[in-house]
Amino acid sequence: MTADPVTAAACPECQAAVALAPDTLDGEIVPCGECLAELEVVTAVPPTLALAPDVEEDWGE
Amino acid sequence: MTGVRVGLVCSRVRVEEKLLLAALADRPGVEVVRVDDDQLQAVLAGPGDGPAGEDALRACDVVLLRSLSHSRQVALAHLLQAWGVPSLNRAAVLETCGDKVRTTLALALAGVPTPPARVAFTVESALEAVEALGYPCVVKPTTGSWGRLVSRLTDRDGAEAVLEHKAVLGGPQDRIFYLQAHVDKPGRDLRAFVIADRTVAVIARRSAHWVTNTARGAVAEAVAVTPELDALCRRAAAAVGGGALAVDLLEGPDGLLVNEVNATMEFRNSVGPTGVDIPGLLVAQALALVEARRCV
Ligand SMILES: Nc1ncnc2c1ncn2[C@@H]1O[C@H](COP(=O)(O)OP(=O)(O)OP(=O)(O)O)[C@@H](O)[C@H]1O
Repeated sequence: MTADPVTAAACPECQAAVALAPDTLDGEIVPCGECLAELEVVTAVPPTLALAPDVEEDWGE
Repeated sequence: MTGVRVGLVCSRVRVEEKLLLAALADRPGVEVVRVDDDQLQAVLAGPGDGPAGEDALRACDVVLLRSLSHSRQVALAHLLQAWGVPSLNRAAVLETCGDKVRTTLALALAGVPTPPARVAFTVESALEAVEALGYPCVVKPTTGSWGRLVSRLTDRDGAEAVLEHKAVLGGPQDRIFYLQAHVDKPGRDLRAFVIADRTVAVIARRSAHWVTNTARGAVAEAVAVTPELDALCRRAAAAVGGGALAVDLLEGPDGLLVNEVNATMEFRNSVGPTGVDIPGLLVAQALALVEARRCV
């Protein structure tokens, strides 16, 4: 059996391990379970996280 | 249809983009090209091969623009238009819907019922406009969404405070004062989804707060598409140039009024209550645009 791919990355805010679901896509937003920061999945494989940008004035529908 | 390349430009993969990707995956013969607008650059003039993102988009048969930023969407729509690549909503439609001054003008010109509204450029003239509309009235950013900074003015003191703060603390866009009469609605507003001249679903957004965006916690429930609603929503969509649009309506004491039209619809809270596969219909409409071009 092959080893499980790495499915967790460190939160850039608090360094807690944030687990990513297997169907996570690049560009999704996930919350950090510990510090509640909104994180953007930069790449799902390998898992890399960045702080999500704040809402800007012209965002929306 | 076989061998169709559908582009999806987005900043983030939210629930809507995931649903669109799933709807695209359901279509055999469709190749999906995802472009992250944060990474994209394109040649406007001068030498140089197309950078990777530009090449990818130029090779698409149709593109779904799902950027979070309205300004980016408009720029992208113009690029696609210049490259001859169709997008679900044209640049002019995005421009009209992204600016409440233009939306209201387009609705009024087409004779679509909409609340009385005025525009002014200084605090003093805006106060005159407020007095003419009467209290309460509503001041809104010309570009913005999710109910952000939509404010109800209930008396002269409050109006002076809000308008002066906008003028002093805001940027140039905040000094375009968009003012609208307040509509005494029954604790909800209506949101209709119009795709290719068909009202495919309507929801009501109910909230104890007078601002009833689902992004602000309002609860969505399905509403029947009556012939009256359908006709009005199709007229509103046509007034802003047509395409795939979300029409927001207020139920006033004297009948339905179109508040605004949105060109980058969010539908995560609407698929469940209505049972209508909105992402599937958006994908179908994108493929129909490709089909129409192939038949020419
Ligand atoms: N003139 C009005 N009278 C009564 N309620 C209003 C009026 N204008 C706006 N509202 C309420 O405030 C909400 C937000 O207003 P509006 O849709 O104009 O702003 P927005 O930020 O563009 O939202 P959206 O995300 O729909 O684009 C509406 O859904 C409605 O409930």
